[in-house]
Amino acid sequence: MPRPMTITEKLLAAHAGLDEVVPGQLIECALDLVLANDVTAPIAIREFRRIGVDAVFDPGKIALVPDHYTPNKDIKSAEQAKIVREFAREFGISHYYEIGCMGVEHALLPEQGVVGPGDVIIGADSHTCTYGALGAFATGVGSTDAAAGMATGTAWFKVPSSIRFEITGELRPWVGGKDIILHIIGMIGVDGALYQSMEFTGETIERLGMDDRFTICNMAIEAGGKSGIIAFDETTRAYVEGRAERPWTVYASDPDAEYARVIRIDASEIEPTVAFPHLPSNTRPVREARHVEVDQVVIGSCTNGRIEDLRIAAGILKGRKVDPRVRLIVIPATQAIWKQAMHEGLFDVFVDAGGAVSTPTCGPCLGGHMGILAAGERALATTNRNFVGRMGDPTSEVYLASPAVAAATAVAGHIALPEDLA
Amino acid sequence: MRFEGTAHRYGRDVDTDVIIPARYLNTSDPAELAKHCMEDIDAGFVAKVKSGDIIVADENFGCGSSREHAPIAIKHAGVDVVIASSFARIFYRNAINTGLPIMESPEAARGIKDGDRVAVDADTGTITDLTTGEVYTAQPFPPFVKAIIERGGLIESVKDKVGT
Repeated sequence: MPRPMTITEKLLAAHAGLDEVVPGQLIECALDLVLANDVTAPIAIREFRRIGVDAVFDPGKIALVPDHYTPNKDIKSAEQAKIVREFAREFGISHYYEIGCMGVEHALLPEQGVVGPGDVIIGADSHTCTYGALGAFATGVGSTDAAAGMATGTAWFKVPSSIRFEITGELRPWVGGKDIILHIIGMIGVDGALYQSMEFTGETIERLGMDDRFTICNMAIEAGGKSGIIAFDETTRAYVEGRAERPWTVYASDPDAEYARVIRIDASEIEPTVAFPHLPSNTRPVREARHVEVDQVVIGSCTNGRIEDLRIAAGILKGRKVDPRVRLIVIPATQAIWKQAMHEGLFDVFVDAGGAVSTPTCGPCLGGHMGILAAGERALATTNRNFVGRMGDPTSEVYLASPAVAAATAVAGHIALPEDLA
Repeated sequence: MRFEGTAHRYGRDVDTDVIIPARYLNTSDPAELAKHCMEDIDAGFVAKVKSGDIIVADENFGCGSSREHAPIAIKHAGVDVVIASSFARIFYRNAINTGLPIMESPEAARGIKDGDRVAVDADTGTITDLTTGEVYTAQPFPPFVKAIIERGGLIESVKDKVGT
């Protein structure tokens, strides 16, 4: 009998062809998918060509998503996107997503069934950890690791130890996945899970829908985590059935698996939370942030640009107006989400309120385009990072919160709770 | 590998957005990236850094985005080695893969001051603050990682593996 293992250890052992692994062990894993985007793929492609192989390991197991500076924001970005497009054509990459079918990568690949439960995935983008919500091991790497992965179909890993978060109890009104993960990052810090896997468990997590689960795993990296993971259950099954393009495998942690830490959280104590500049760990309850006036509100990104996020925001904005001093930018994360939101009438709500709706792009989240901040300006965003200069000028500020708080803030003109609105 | 240079000292959680802001990520040209290295944390860095200099920082250096542009910008700005109390994991991999020497030593990170002359012997892990005379020892790399570094980065290792 192998030793009792966590879900992460089991996934890695299976992909390394081993019966068991222990934290700290260096292993080589077979990869189910290698991902890169228009910022990271050009360097990956340059390094791939240096290797000198004449084919990728499997053209069906590479995803190239031009989402950061697309639709091309300037000539240099257009050149970068062109490198990716031409490489995709040359090597027959089937999961290449052109404008018109693209989306923010970490919303797009689960939606399209390209990633699934039991997969081991590397992506040249730090938020690759999002796919852990499906019960997969997914981690961000750099371009060179992606290049090696595209050539060999393998990557080396140091098996991470795991932190188990046990979250139980009822969530308060307007508290969702974003508040849970901000609360956790505020609790353990931006390197609180450095080199570790964050395993989210408990009845509160089990009751969450997939969109909230993606949000939670998406921000594992903001605590320094190598990966975030939520075990497969009926909610996962309902999501992947009819979607997954490959058969999936279900793994679960053994009851007596070893954890580096177990952190128990009472969900009823989590308040709507906002992260102040300039770290995601700099969290405070929203009720203590009402004095902060904002110039811009962004609802979107791989963290909170999914349909549930847009529904929540629209529910608050319906029949209300965005404060005239605030620019509201709504960015559905994929074409399918965009279309769904349009059919549900959410665009009428956003536009009638005085907001702008964009085609899918990472855009302002990383200070790329579509909503850059001037010196001294302040934004509240449903995105994932609030580092210095993240959304524009180095003296601008980003506050991170949920779609509910973002919508209320857009109406109030300052950071607000939905219940603050008249 | 031995290095000697002037230390440029930073605090904790130096993220890859301040190492190379995203507004410059529309290119992957190393020389272009180097011109903007550390711009949003230390606007004068590129003007003052000299070839062979050393960056010293506290915990979690390189946190945030996976952009390999960060170690590339640091290396091409002239920095030979980064010493930190700890590194964010993606940056750690990227530095190894791209051949930017990094050393983990909380003691050295605490002791070395901005402007100190520092000598580093990457083979033994010895870090000497020539200004104060203090000597520190960095955590050794696991042999597997050391093999990648000695081969000159991940791509060279992969070439051996695939036989190109």
